[in-house]
Amino acid sequence: MYRILKKEMLAPKIKLIQVYAPEICTHARPGQFVILRMHEKGERIPLTIADSDRDTGLLTLVFQEVGKSTTELGMLSEGDSILDIVGPLGTARDIEKLDCVVCVAGGVGVAPMYPEAKAYHLLGTRVISLIGAQTKDMLIFKDRMEKVSDEVYYSTDDGSFGHKGFVTEILCKLLEDGLRPDEVIAIGPLPMMRAAARVTERFGVKTVVSLNAIMVDGTGMCGSCRVTVDGEVKFSCVEGPAFDGHKVDFDELIARQNRFLAEEKLALERYLAGVGGCKCHQK
Amino acid sequence: MSSKVRQPRQEMPKQQPDVRSKNFQEVALGYTEELAVAEANRCIQCPKKPCVSGCPVGVDIPEFIDLIAKGDFLGAARKIKEKNSLPAMCGRVCPQETQCEAVCTLGKRGEPVAIGALERFCADYERMHGDPLSDAQRSDGSSGRVAVVGSGPAGLTCASELAKLGYKVVLFESLHDTGGVLRYGIPEFRLPKAIVDEEVEYIKSQGVEIRLNVLVGATVTVDELFQEGFDAIFLGTGAGLPYFLGIPGENLNGVYSANEFLTRVNLMKAYRFPDYDTPVWVGKRVAVVGGGNVAMDSARTALRLGAEKVTVVYRRSRAEMPARLEEIENAEEEGIEFYLLANPVRILSDDKGWVKGMECVRMELGEEDSSGRRRPVPVPGSEFILDVDTVISAVGTDPNPLLVRTIPGLDLGRRGNVIIDEETGMTNIPGVFAGGDIVTGSATVIAAMGAGKAAAHGIDKYISARNGRGM
Ligand SMILES: Cc1cc2nc3c(=O)[nH]c(=O)nc-3n(C[C@H](O)[C@H](O)[C@H](O)COP(=O)(O)OP(=O)(O)OC[C@H]3O[C@@H](n4cnc5c(N)ncnc54)[C@H](O)[C@@H]3O)c2cc1C
Ligand code: FES
Repeated sequence: MYRILKKEMLAPKIKLIQVYAPEICTHARPGQFVILRMHEKGERIPLTIADSDRDTGLLTLVFQEVGKSTTELGMLSEGDSILDIVGPLGTARDIEKLDCVVCVAGGVGVAPMYPEAKAYHLLGTRVISLIGAQTKDMLIFKDRMEKVSDEVYYSTDDGSFGHKGFVTEILCKLLEDGLRPDEVIAIGPLPMMRAAARVTERFGVKTVVSLNAIMVDGTGMCGSCRVTVDGEVKFSCVEGPAFDGHKVDFDELIARQNRFLAEEKLALERYLAGVGGCKCHQK
Repeated sequence: MSSKVRQPRQEMPKQQPDVRSKNFQEVALGYTEELAVAEANRCIQCPKKPCVSGCPVGVDIPEFIDLIAKGDFLGAARKIKEKNSLPAMCGRVCPQETQCEAVCTLGKRGEPVAIGALERFCADYERMHGDPLSDAQRSDGSSGRVAVVGSGPAGLTCASELAKLGYKVVLFESLHDTGGVLRYGIPEFRLPKAIVDEEVEYIKSQGVEIRLNVLVGATVTVDELFQEGFDAIFLGTGAGLPYFLGIPGENLNGVYSANEFLTRVNLMKAYRFPDYDTPVWVGKRVAVVGGGNVAMDSARTALRLGAEKVTVVYRRSRAEMPARLEEIENAEEEGIEFYLLANPVRILSDDKGWVKGMECVRMELGEEDSSGRRRPVPVPGSEFILDVDTVISAVGTDPNPLLVRTIPGLDLGRRGNVIIDEETGMTNIPGVFAGGDIVTGSATVIAAMGAGKAAAHGIDKYISARNGRGM
């Protein structure tokens, strides 16, 4: 059992929770994730580690309410408990000092970007962050990212903050203006990561993406999370979630994300009908 | 005595095929006391006892059968447990037809004694009428501390055996529940999970501490376990890495590995979606590729989830199918179709990325390969298309690489299997032992149990010697 020690609403439908998980925190490195299960009937939900503190043992997770399970998770309050958490899972990113990296993060993807940006920053790498959201209210981790970045650019779909349009347009502009980072890291919705990888490919800039494939065990046992990278099948829970963005077959992965769409919709509708007019998930 | 030989083998009552193919309850219902006694009476108590040497753990088969014949069912159960701590499981899942029953003297001229069914009867009788926990001795932990990794049959048996020897055992499991393949792979209708639960209760009552959701190698490393004061570590991490077919289209929507399909259904209880949160999708026409227990389990599970037609595609003939005979027969009775001597070459896609068919090629058996089986070779120009919307690939698994690759210097075989000293179960790293599918590749429950037990004794010797006790 993991008691929720802190809960924060970062944006509408984007929430942060903190639990005490010292074993996971001692071993977690940037790019890794955990799988949690809320209760006996729950799904195994993979969430990238947004922060982990070795000294306090506090594990920070950030999620967006999309389906039934994340909506239900969002209903939990401080003091409530999560049944199981296992991790850290996945291959950690090998982070070493570089001259310059560009972090392209979209939506809730800013949270998993933060530990990577922080790790580069601590090594003295110049970090340029490009952060995109639908609208101003949906921008999260702004202060944190500003603290670990040398420059930050924002974009919103509706122009309510920063550049109006896609975050990848800023990336394109910077590269066109001659910026040549050692590496671009893109974390966010699949179409955003695909767009980022397409932009950087034109300029021959190495690009790492972090994939959020559908998982079950998260330990390499089922192959639910398989993706094609450079023509080979890889299990993103073990060999990933980070891969070379120029080699990922995004079209296949985007199709695979729809495998359980009908079931997910049914589960969410049934759940929302069950919780009735309750407004908790808006809080 | 000859009159006994003429008695037919007692059939075990089962749910009717048209009923059971729509539910997840156990198919075989088990012998009644009368049937068990009648079957026990068929045993001629031959002096050579070939069955005992056919049993990987050497259960005293004629003796327990004799006790059944005399009506001492609890005594029979105790007799089995002297050698096999998990009889309720083995009675259900062992491939008896290639083990004890294969060498039964009666089998030479007629049908062998139904040893598996009798074993199961004893275990079930004890569960219902006795107190299975009564003989569990709580370990005082004075012999030393051992970490067992993986709670499949290898890990469970090793832990139980070590507890008997007075060790403090901590059993680590990366999933949120115990049992390994017994839990996530073998379906409820073949091995009720209540039986796995009871076994786990038993080892808990022996004082074994179980820590779920710990992926050893990630949540805690082997080095850290030694630093924490464990005297030895047993790796029973299984063969959990599924292969895929390596053909075009295998990442389409509607293609599952058997492990994914069965884990969703068994471990996550997707058959009770949406009451349980994890979904599973099965179309109307399902192809299952493979010929082992995993393929039979997948096919029969798909049927129970509502598929209209399920076809098993296997590249050799029925005689070579590695599945337990009983499960092949059960599958046939339930209406599963078999496309034998056929192999998939590609999976066809509709315009949205979902399966709309599977192209196969007919095979014929050529020369014998290294395994002594005739190698299937494709018949040129014999391609045909199976009209399916779901494909489940059950073509095998490799040893789980996750933990073993975090242990520097550990000797591994070609397929990533851990290499051990057969007798002691020890790897090349002192204090690190292994057994079960992680060593042999995908094998059987009983073999994993045997390995877990052997390693427990190897560990006991190792620790005793180090502490200057015994030897
Ligand atoms: C669907 C299916 C049907 C089968 N049917 C039969 C049958 O009818 N008869 C038969 O005899 N055999 C059958 N088998 C084979 C049999 O189940 C296996 O041979 C046996 O379970 C192997 O036991 P094990 O203990 O070595 O490994 P497993 O049962 O695989 O258990 C390994 C456990 O270790 C855990 N683990 C792995 N890595 C770590 C780690 N790093 N840290 C912590 N935990 C870890 C895994 O999660 C798992 O729970 C079947 C297999 C399958 C998949
Ligand atoms: S989630 Fe099962 S293998 Fe990756």
